[in-house]
Amino acid sequence: MNTIRSPYTFRGGIHPAYNKELAAGAAIRELPMPARLVVPMSQHLGAPAKPVVKVGDTVKSGQLIGEQNGFISAAVHAPAGGKVAAIENTVSASGRACLAVVIETDGSAERQTMPALKAWRGVDRKELAARIGEAGVVGMGGAGFPTRVKLSPPSDKPIDTVILNGAECEPYLTADHRMMIERAGEISVGAEIIRHVLGAKCLRVAIEDNKPDAIAAMEKAFAEMDGDVAVTVLKTSYPQGSEKQQIYSVTGREVPRGGLPMDVGCVVENVSTAYAVWDAVLNGEPLTRRVISVTGDAVSEPSNLLAPCGTLYADLVAACGGIKGKAAKIISGGPMMGFAVGSLDVPTGKTASGLLLLSASRVTAFTSQACISCGRCVDACPMRLAPAELSQFIEADDIEGAEGIALMDCIECGSCAFVCPARRPLVHHMRRGKAAVMAKRAAAKRG
Amino acid sequence: MEPIITSTLCVGGIGLASAAALAVAEKYLSVKEDPRINKVTEMLPGANCGGCGYAGCADYARKIVNDNVDLTLCAPGGSECAAAIAAFLGRAAGAVEKRVAIVLCCGDDTEAVRRAAYNGITDCAAAQATAGGDKGCTYGCLGYGSCARVCPVDAIAIVNGLAKVDKTRCIACGKCVDVCPRKLIKLVPAAAEIHVLCSSKDKGPAVKKVCGTGCIGCRICTKFADDGAIVMDGFLAVVDYTKRLTNEEVVAKCPGHCIRSDGAGNKETAAAS
Repeated sequence: MNTIRSPYTFRGGIHPAYNKELAAGAAIRELPMPARLVVPMSQHLGAPAKPVVKVGDTVKSGQLIGEQNGFISAAVHAPAGGKVAAIENTVSASGRACLAVVIETDGSAERQTMPALKAWRGVDRKELAARIGEAGVVGMGGAGFPTRVKLSPPSDKPIDTVILNGAECEPYLTADHRMMIERAGEISVGAEIIRHVLGAKCLRVAIEDNKPDAIAAMEKAFAEMDGDVAVTVLKTSYPQGSEKQQIYSVTGREVPRGGLPMDVGCVVENVSTAYAVWDAVLNGEPLTRRVISVTGDAVSEPSNLLAPCGTLYADLVAACGGIKGKAAKIISGGPMMGFAVGSLDVPTGKTASGLLLLSASRVTAFTSQACISCGRCVDACPMRLAPAELSQFIEADDIEGAEGIALMDCIECGSCAFVCPARRPLVHHMRRGKAAVMAKRAAAKRG
Repeated sequence: MEPIITSTLCVGGIGLASAAALAVAEKYLSVKEDPRINKVTEMLPGANCGGCGYAGCADYARKIVNDNVDLTLCAPGGSECAAAIAAFLGRAAGAVEKRVAIVLCCGDDTEAVRRAAYNGITDCAAAQATAGGDKGCTYGCLGYGSCARVCPVDAIAIVNGLAKVDKTRCIACGKCVDVCPRKLIKLVPAAAEIHVLCSSKDKGPAVKKVCGTGCIGCRICTKFADDGAIVMDGFLAVVDYTKRLTNEEVVAKCPGHCIRSDGAGNKETAAAS
């Protein structure tokens, strides 16, 4: 075990004000169980889970309430015991409608979990991956890709490196940072399980150099581990936590266009995911809660809360002493990649890492102007796209044209819009264009 | 020789050679096109709206003459145009029912609640993609004018955050129907005067919370409407346009005030518009 200062970093990127000091010092607090949970059936990438409970059923904490529905899908479990009050449509933070199971919690302590598995080293890899899938573990960095799928790569794609993503490059958010400090031991065991399942040789813990305390905690936790293990210290830069950028920064390998990390022998897992893997394997616990940062200058006590998935944002804000003054903008996630939400009646999910409340002094409504062709967005784009040109294609409704210059490679990191002197809503254009391409492809599939 | 004479001869020579080449091409390479196509193109309204499903009027005329496609697809031209083409080509023309687009929402910014301030791109699909749109009602008109921008005849205006179609200008090309991300615009018979201007499938209390003029699913209109002319789709009353709805009483009886008449019988809406 050693610490490496990475010689590489990705091209482009930006340096926003991180504002992490608001919540970085706040130890993880457990949220008292809310009286009502709205558990979405789609807390992951892929097909929504299929509800397996009926209205009026009594569920135990940890019981399966939504079963995996397809290969790229994940199971959903009840975060608490109680009665199923409704199964209805809800609007997720990203604005999509999805089915949710509403549970009125009864405070019962009865739990229904899988048997604990302390001697995991002797267990077959496939069985471990299946167990992690059964526990509904998904990537907790934001995209929510089912971990079971990542842990079962095809045999012609050998994985030699597991990267544990502790970059947390998104401004304001501190959930992963606190996890690394407070749950270092569990994360290291989870990471070892992931490495074991994939049969990988190397394990790298990627952390940006603005989190020295997290680097120290990880160095300590991984000190005793056998094999090629290292903490890789990365340059602080946004989006260092993005999968493809991070693989380059850590290994110097570049994921080919349209390819996946496994094409270059890598798998990237978030530190919180490693914790969930530890919980699923050693304790048999399904993934039903996570740490979420409730922060921003319009919240009374910026906190890192361990909250059940399905908690309404209103309950989170109440647990942090409520809104300070007036919140001019509320963002689910961080300021760069998060979604502005119109109400606090939105439930959290497995991928919700932050809730940001900003006062009017931090929010400006810009007037967008015509592109001045300065090229700063091209310099900033970590995917080497030309955002200015893309946005002009999309504005002209030439979706094919935009697709032709790699619209679908956009990771919506927001670096282009951040640097644009004409204040063009570039990411918004990209999202619109990508939605149009997806709609077109879906229509072509239907015939 | 004087330069002026050389150049004149050169240019004249090139001209003559080109003319000869063109004359030969005209004789041996010309494509014979049915002269009727031009005539039919002239008979069509020339709006090039694409509402028939073909790439403009000339393309539709070509398909009419060459492939015998239906004559009644041109909404702007209507029955008269179809009859004229039919007489010219010696074919039978069916009747074209004149249709118009209608926005099935009447929750403008006075009546309907906006739950957030949206300051992104002025485009309904973009607004819809941002936290599901800023309108309190998840079914109602967002009012960012995507339909008005695609309309080839400027028949749609955004009035107080709500799209309104000018019946007299609409040519029923259906472009707005396709572009609306909330699928609120329908093509209906122009003769129909009474409409349920709401698309919310939510239950009554949920509708009331976000809009002053929404359908609350009370079913009162189904009792007063002419035989089966209004049917219920869950908690939403829907006009069955295959039947004729003339009983103006439904307008007055609707407690949600979302059944409106654009005929002469309703003075209130006439005055408002």
